[in-house]
Amino acid sequence: MAIILDKDSKLVVQGFTGSQGTFHAAQCIAYGTQIVAGVTPGRGGQVHLDRPVFNTVHDAVRNTGAFVSLIFVPAPYAADAIMEAVDAGCSTVICITEGIPVMDMAKVMRYVAQQERSGRELTLIGPNCPGVITPGQCKAGIMPGYIHRPGKIGVVSRSGTLTYEAVDQLTKQGFGQSTVVGIGGDPIAGSQFTDILAKFEEDDETEAVVMIGEIGGSAEEDAARFFKEKMSKPVFGFIAGKAAPEGRRMGHAGAIVEGGSGTHASKLKAMREAGITIIDNLSEIGETVAKARRPLAA
Amino acid sequence: MKLLEHEGKDLLKARGIPVPPNGGVITSTRQLDKALRRAGRAPWVLKAQVLAGGRGKAGGIKLAKTAKEARTLAKAMIGMDLTTHQTHGRSIKVKELLIEGGVQIVRELYFSVVMDRKNSCPTIIASAQGGMEIESLAAEHPESIIRMPVDPTAGLRDFAARRLAFALNVEATQIAEFCRVAKALVGTFIELDCSMLEINPLILTPKGAMALDAKIITDDNALYRQPALAKVRDHEASALETEAKAADISYVGLDGNIGCMVNGAGLAMGTMDTIALAGGSPANFLDVGGGADEERVTHALKLILKDKKVKVILINIFGGIVKCDMIALGVVNALKKIKLKIPLVVRLQGTNVDAGKEILAKSGIPIIQAGDLWTAAQKAVSTAQTAGN
Repeated sequence: MAIILDKDSKLVVQGFTGSQGTFHAAQCIAYGTQIVAGVTPGRGGQVHLDRPVFNTVHDAVRNTGAFVSLIFVPAPYAADAIMEAVDAGCSTVICITEGIPVMDMAKVMRYVAQQERSGRELTLIGPNCPGVITPGQCKAGIMPGYIHRPGKIGVVSRSGTLTYEAVDQLTKQGFGQSTVVGIGGDPIAGSQFTDILAKFEEDDETEAVVMIGEIGGSAEEDAARFFKEKMSKPVFGFIAGKAAPEGRRMGHAGAIVEGGSGTHASKLKAMREAGITIIDNLSEIGETVAKARRPLAA
Repeated sequence: MKLLEHEGKDLLKARGIPVPPNGGVITSTRQLDKALRRAGRAPWVLKAQVLAGGRGKAGGIKLAKTAKEARTLAKAMIGMDLTTHQTHGRSIKVKELLIEGGVQIVRELYFSVVMDRKNSCPTIIASAQGGMEIESLAAEHPESIIRMPVDPTAGLRDFAARRLAFALNVEATQIAEFCRVAKALVGTFIELDCSMLEINPLILTPKGAMALDAKIITDDNALYRQPALAKVRDHEASALETEAKAADISYVGLDGNIGCMVNGAGLAMGTMDTIALAGGSPANFLDVGGGADEERVTHALKLILKDKKVKVILINIFGGIVKCDMIALGVVNALKKIKLKIPLVVRLQGTNVDAGKEILAKSGIPIIQAGDLWTAAQKAVSTAQTAGN
């Protein structure tokens, strides 16, 4: 059954008719994803990629039954797009957009928390992420579909291309993936490692998890604590940014060591002490998982 | 983007937050007399305008009781090399001094607002023990630190400001003015899209509260909607970094000799780490971006080559949506325009990788190809070592 997405997930794409939205929605459709609607304000009534376009997410949800939103809306309008999706009743919102002001995300998270207090169960993934894919069933994001294989390794990561690197190595070692989740590289993210690890722990089809973190913040330290207290499945961890200098932002808005916190060393220490298998060499992710898992599979 | 103290204080003043009498910023002692006059009567404070904290202990902040003393101090301070506990063992050359009038201090408080990543909201951190670094405060007086989350849609509410005032033991007569300033500081943090706003110390004077220092970091993602920040320069960015930013390339200069070009920030960091693991040292972080085309590849190569420390270039591309053959064509065409005098190691993986490798092989350009990142890093490191000897 995997996590977050499966073959029955019905998606609406916000920012559907823009260049990014068009290109990636077409790729998702080709992969077999059920994209049932698109939203571009002012384009309601049109047909794009053989799908109906609506002016609002509310219209799209009411007319098509979509309950997952995939967002390609430009950064200045993306936070509002997330709240529109939630308001319209979507239970899962995946925001690909990069460069959203952090204050906007703080406001979004406040809104999401209010909705959750009223009893709704919401999953927000991103922003600034590659999206989510359940191989063979549903691809909602910008990742290259063909490197993935259905399988039993869950992958969760703060980085896009680093995820592809890990998935490619796993696939080449003969290990497919249950679901691959990019939680994104921004300081404030809709889902943290702990949220996704909890889902993998509960998922029958996931047997082990590969977790790819990076410098900045304390999400990896929290994940280590969660693993120790709540998880029975093995986790393999890689943390990017060992060679990064303090005080400089490494591309991702969230990848920065500030005032001595969020360092590579502190994350590695927390994860190692919790019992997570640490992978030091990025090129050995697939190999490490294979060595640990193969005797069990045989 | 980090703002200098005087830039931060200008923003605060414009938003109704009291700051000391401002004599202006000087870059030479010739400008001193005018600055002292603007700042009012003695004593004066001379403050080195650098981005590192801990200036006071390092000699970057001095009090002058007479104009003569101010001159002697200014002469010594302009051009001095300042090393504080926040400069990571390096020194920063002092080019500018902020001249301010002295103020009467009744009490010093610590006040900052940060973006709490874990709780996804702005958070006030305050302490009645002002003037100390927050790190030392946390270590020595953890009980004195007050943390208060703030609703970003509402700012600091009146009751919350009052709670803060009482918690900091602000005197009854000063509470109204303290609350006004605290609310304005939180409002500044939210409205200017800050990721940090630290006032250390926030002082209580006989008349009210005043920001004696200002350390502000703003969110680059929000610059498009911050006209007040449009003219502020990124003081930390080197010339190369500024040039990269203009071309929409994410670049950070480092100390090593292996130039890197990678797609994706995470993979770019991972590539730096792999080089270090292989015994080498990266010259830069460079994320050429998801939409890397020939123009971008050319631009990125030019940027890397402007760094004279670079002895070898390592290109690491994981083609996802970006196709490897497009990248290969970009590299080949770029190298027709740029005469490359140093070795180039390329690792391509992902979409259309075979076509990409063939384009590189047939180009006649001496490119060292590698199948995986580890091999590529090892080749780059050994090549750099050979070139260095």
